[in-house]
Amino acid sequence: MHSVIQFLSTSWGVLEVLVAEGLPVTVAILAGGTVVAVVAALAAGLGRVSRIAPWRWLSTSYVEAFRGTSALVQLFWFYFALPRLGITLSAMTVGIVVLGLNTGSYGAEVVRGAIQAVPGGQWEAATALGFTRGQTMRRVVLPQAAIRMIPPAGNLLIELLKNTALALTIGLTEITFRAQALRSETLDTAEIFTVALLLYFVLAQGLSFGMRRLERRLAAGRDGYPGEAAAS
Amino acid sequence: MTWDWSYTWQIVPALLRGLVVTLEATFLGFAFALVVGLLWAMIRRGAPGLLRTAVVWFVEFIRSTPLLVQLFFIYYVLPQWGLVLSPLVAGVLGLGLHYSAYTAEVYRSGIDAVPKGQWDAATALGFGRLETLWRIVLPQAIPPIIPALGNRLIAIFKDSPLLAVITVTELLQQAKLLGAENFRYLEPLTLVGVIFLILSLISSRFVRWMEVWSEQAV
Repeated sequence: MHSVIQFLSTSWGVLEVLVAEGLPVTVAILAGGTVVAVVAALAAGLGRVSRIAPWRWLSTSYVEAFRGTSALVQLFWFYFALPRLGITLSAMTVGIVVLGLNTGSYGAEVVRGAIQAVPGGQWEAATALGFTRGQTMRRVVLPQAAIRMIPPAGNLLIELLKNTALALTIGLTEITFRAQALRSETLDTAEIFTVALLLYFVLAQGLSFGMRRLERRLAAGRDGYPGEAAAS
Repeated sequence: MTWDWSYTWQIVPALLRGLVVTLEATFLGFAFALVVGLLWAMIRRGAPGLLRTAVVWFVEFIRSTPLLVQLFFIYYVLPQWGLVLSPLVAGVLGLGLHYSAYTAEVYRSGIDAVPKGQWDAATALGFGRLETLWRIVLPQAIPPIIPALGNRLIAIFKDSPLLAVITVTELLQQAKLLGAENFRYLEPLTLVGVIFLILSLISSRFVRWMEVWSEQAV
């Protein structure tokens, strides 16, 4: 009983440190990385179905390069190898850009899949109404594709959250970095890593709850989506 | 003089030694994930309520927390409880456990795709629940999901550099050591990227080929 109380009180102290000193950096990488990932996923996802050949090639190369290598290798390359070629970036920039681009390369396939899943009749109907290709994409296809993107995008967001822990290797003081530092200071190893895992778990549950709400809002009033029943 | 070719050739043998460790960790971790993932999927299908709920939450927990922190937990916390593991064993355990959450999902989709009539027919013939799962359902469920399991193998391969953080001298760690020794990170890290790219491109082509092949076989 005594040791349980001790475990809990030590854990509470650990939680306070991780939330105060690690969480802000984790959230900053997550937020910045999400913006980079969304922009990259849309640009490359549209590029892969584009008729403009250079855009298509560039998108395919980006997706293959980032999906084909490991996120940690990418972080190391941009942080340790790129300066050799004359480009030195801060650790925070590398963390946000590289983790964002990594998630974006998976996101591009989500965007492409969702666009291709919109029935071809939508394109024909829009053409018959005098829409250009660009207008059809913006006004007709993307709004329908967006709903299909939400559930896989939610999973990718959680993958990005998990990948923010990798940023400790380039010296960013996020949750896992703080946990490691705390371990060498206090040696309360069991409490520290238990609390860190629980903290990530709660963050991930929060993200997936948010994404489910977003999906329901986007789907409200549309045919054939579970959100419709909830909305009506 | 940005790229040094003689240095490049000089570090290749050491990197290949690292690659061997990477592949060991990848395949051992995959084997572990295959067995444990199947166990999760079977419990979710065949076990009574409380155990099932516990497994569902445990798997969700593993899947939504970072592999890196799980590796730290296995490597630093388990020894306090008397279980001292070498870095490689800790790494294989971590990779295997983390990806068991993903293989469990793949198994589940395979099991759900088997027509319900198979269960009814087996029950009518007097098979128990577990026996039906093992002898009737799984033999039909597994062949169609082999490509999806192949994709998990590639994912494990790409996550194996995380083992560098618990001092396993796999490919990335080897490159780091070489870089620190010679004050040149460009060549070893670029080579590591190229090796990963080549191997995962080849293996994902192979998985795609298997997908097409298994669709034709049906």
